[in-house]
Amino acid sequence: MDEVEQMLTEVAEKNREGNIRIPSGCAVCGYFSKKGRALPAIDAVDAMSYMHDRSNGLGGGFAGYGIYPDFPDHYAFHIFYDNERAREEAENFLQIRFDISNMERIPTRKVYGISGAPLIWRYFGRLQPEIEAHTELDEEEYVCQSVIHINTKIKGAYVFSSGKNMGVFKGVGFPEDVGEYYRLGDYKGYCWTAHGRYPTNTPGWWGGAHPFNILNYTIVHNGEISSYDANRRFMEIYGYKCTLLTDTEVITYIIDYLHRKRGLTLPDVAKVIAPPFWSQIERMDAPEREKLTTLRNMYASLLITGPFSIILGYTGGMMALNDRLKLRSMVAAEKGDVTYVSSEECAIRSICPEPDRIWSPAGGEPVIAELENREGGGR
Amino acid sequence: MVIDAKNMNYQTLDRLVKDSAERDIVIENVMGQRYIAAGAKGKNIKINGIPGNALGAYLNDCMIEVNGNGQDALGDTMNAGTIVIHGNCGDTAGYGMRDGRIFVRGYAGYRVGIHMKEYGEHIPAIVVGGAAGAYLGEYQAGGVIVVLGIGSEDRQCVGDFTATGMHGGKIYVRSRFVPVDLPAWVEAHKVTDKSELEPLVREFCSYFPYDADVLLSHDYFVIAPTVSKIYKTMYCNRPV
Repeated sequence: MDEVEQMLTEVAEKNREGNIRIPSGCAVCGYFSKKGRALPAIDAVDAMSYMHDRSNGLGGGFAGYGIYPDFPDHYAFHIFYDNERAREEAENFLQIRFDISNMERIPTRKVYGISGAPLIWRYFGRLQPEIEAHTELDEEEYVCQSVIHINTKIKGAYVFSSGKNMGVFKGVGFPEDVGEYYRLGDYKGYCWTAHGRYPTNTPGWWGGAHPFNILNYTIVHNGEISSYDANRRFMEIYGYKCTLLTDTEVITYIIDYLHRKRGLTLPDVAKVIAPPFWSQIERMDAPEREKLTTLRNMYASLLITGPFSIILGYTGGMMALNDRLKLRSMVAAEKGDVTYVSSEECAIRSICPEPDRIWSPAGGEPVIAELENREGGGR
Repeated sequence: MVIDAKNMNYQTLDRLVKDSAERDIVIENVMGQRYIAAGAKGKNIKINGIPGNALGAYLNDCMIEVNGNGQDALGDTMNAGTIVIHGNCGDTAGYGMRDGRIFVRGYAGYRVGIHMKEYGEHIPAIVVGGAAGAYLGEYQAGGVIVVLGIGSEDRQCVGDFTATGMHGGKIYVRSRFVPVDLPAWVEAHKVTDKSELEPLVREFCSYFPYDADVLLSHDYFVIAPTVSKIYKTMYCNRPV
């Protein structure tokens, strides 16, 4: 490692999440076409600009679904590297396991307000047939473990997007600048979620920006989870490694665990992480009461306390959810086949001036939009 | 004076409003600008669009009318004046409000009137035309909240955990569905004396097209703490 590289690595490490704690809000927005129409990413960029003051320039990001129709069955890995050595090591790791059809730097443009970017690469790959034949894990679990390996064992490399026909674009800056940096005007998809960050506990590093992703799941989050350690300890039993010490990462893993691995429906996932109070459960009809009692007892450690509003993106769907006390804001709207959710009504109105319906979901009440035809844009 | 707020930064808008020598101000194309008229007095402001959070925060004495929905923290800690919303409003309307009036035609979000307070003749009031969200009147220490529940006549029009921590003031509700989860230290009674309610309902009907006589002819219940100043002995004056 030469001196310059050494210095860059030190600077990069110093600013990692977890190395500094800054005691101290955020903006979220998302929209989803139930017909699977390709909606422009630029609407998300515009909508976020109306909530500019909810962020402080230390993080912005977007997740799009259905954006890579040319590679619908390939895992699209988006990776940040601190240096070329990390890239070499991660590429060797990937090429042994995946048949990479395409690799490139993710196209960016110079933008005032964006600096200190890592190297940003993108790979489209399918699992090598011999690996698929011999691994004891199912394919998604194998990919999940590979991502966790790179993020924890390869110094200076961080996979920030690892799903199929979807992608995360994030960095340090205001969301509208991050959107321009990644040339999001060139992308379209049936679902977009967006985040503007106001980091409160950690310094704001490219990998720590939202959305957080594992496989096809993405999370954007406004809030602060007070149950982080209880949640993290439970997830670590199941092999998830929280590498960033931010609360949002653990929500992503919780949803991956409950929805993908345990097979819970999303409304039930919402009942685990933002359940009604026991006093409310007592007043429910017997079947619902029993179900909620079971869920709360089985997954007591996955109750998320503290204020949050999140938007979950997944293949073929989007779910918005508030904490049960509703300590963060969330507005939802519908216009034709498109569902909108946002921290503030103004962001929705900026891209959809006259929605058919607009409402404020209650705390713990999920708003779910899914493709009418899962074989359509959602593959 | 007419201000076109399209793509205008909230600070610029704030300066234009406060520096204006004119009393009557119309703001067009408002889209999420925060803190409009914060701490302002002596103005008559009409807003067309969606004002951002904390509209009329610390308001001293203005008439603000919004043709659209209000976002969160409307009238936060306001001291005097009137805010009229021809739509719905977000969470925590009238947070810590000390005096003045807020009228919302439609529904209001969570925590309406959280920590409202009163002193002497300064008695704030919030009137919500539709239903109100959970935690209505949370930690309420004074003032009057009225929920008319228009359109929710067949069901409860206030949310769960109403009056949590309430220790002063009153919540009037036009409904026959009394929440079953009221805290132990508050009680709900059928309203027999509507003298406090009537001027507020009449003023509400002066802004929105409803018939005050009809609304006032219906049954209301009122929620109020059973013991006044329940926290007065918490830190001092403890009985020995």
